[in-house]
Amino acid sequence: MGDPIHQFELKKLFILGHIGPYEIAFTNSALFMLIALLAAAALMLIPTRQRALVPSRAQSVAEMSYEFVANTIRSTAGAEGMKFFPLVFSLFMFILVVNLLGLLPYGFTVTSHIIVTVALALLVFVTVLVYGFWKNGLRFFKLFVPSGIPIYILPLIVFIEVLSFLSRPISHSVRLFANMLAGHITLKVFAGFIVMLSAFGFTGWLGAVLPLTLVVALTALELLVAFLQAYVFAILTCIYLNDAIHPGH
Amino acid sequence: MSKAMADGPRDNGDHGSSRTDEAALSARLKRLGERLAQRTSHAAEDSPGARPATDASAMARGFRLSTELVAGVLVGAALGWLLDRWLGISPWGLIVFLLLGFAAGVLNVMRAAGVNMGPKAPD
Repeated sequence: MGDPIHQFELKKLFILGHIGPYEIAFTNSALFMLIALLAAAALMLIPTRQRALVPSRAQSVAEMSYEFVANTIRSTAGAEGMKFFPLVFSLFMFILVVNLLGLLPYGFTVTSHIIVTVALALLVFVTVLVYGFWKNGLRFFKLFVPSGIPIYILPLIVFIEVLSFLSRPISHSVRLFANMLAGHITLKVFAGFIVMLSAFGFTGWLGAVLPLTLVVALTALELLVAFLQAYVFAILTCIYLNDAIHPGH
Repeated sequence: MSKAMADGPRDNGDHGSSRTDEAALSARLKRLGERLAQRTSHAAEDSPGARPATDASAMARGFRLSTELVAGVLVGAALGWLLDRWLGISPWGLIVFLLLGFAAGVLNVMRAAGVNMGPKAPD
């Protein structure tokens, strides 16, 4: 239990089937994704069923999360960005609930695996590409040609812009993954100190107070990070979608 | 408050005709919307919670800027390495694209920090 990496281990719960030589297993990661999906859906669907004019507490949570994401989209991608509201809202709620579930005891943090965050980032990246070309056609390439650049350095700038565009899914996914991974490892390491120190008798117990306060403070910080990273992921999605809606800066 | 007081008696006078009633209602709704907009913009400016939120997101911001730089360099290196393998021009692809990737990373960081917002042409 002292191993701080142990919490990220994938365990096969049962085998769903085989594709070629690979077995498709239902892992603890998949289980927590499913729980997050059900929890987010329940949070949205059950309290809003009554459609009360004066909302109950649960209904105002649902309404506030709607307003929050809608305002984020309107301020970064404009009113036209609202057609992507379902995508951005789903991403935000999924990442938020998954992050918060990871903070529970015996929880598993789905977003601490880079394969999950890369899949989410690539989903956004491909959406931007497909929608950008579908809506703007070849004008989408204006994204890589900034206006007001002298012709002799333009090829260089285009190369740099293309590389900058390609690096987006990487920074988009690594940020979420690294934040969750680092936070959870730090928590586990400090919690391990408490157990180790308490083995030294009474003085050890006194010394263990120090890491204990740190763990309490870090848990609060992790709660903030869980929310903040979901928000950052959503806002970056909006910024990238804005490029697809209005290319050429 | 004074506006709301002023609205009261006039509405009572217009009670007979439905059209003026509707016009008065829409005018009142518009005024309410304006006042709400004013109220919310004020609330956003001087809410006490704004300050710690910016402090806390400073760390997230710093982390974001560093990943932007690393991502640019990584993509440049990967592209250069692939070009070297496909075209057999080693080590030139890696050299050129690593430098371009570094430039792209710096550009990412500048964008994320909002530095080059100035010369940006209006859309």
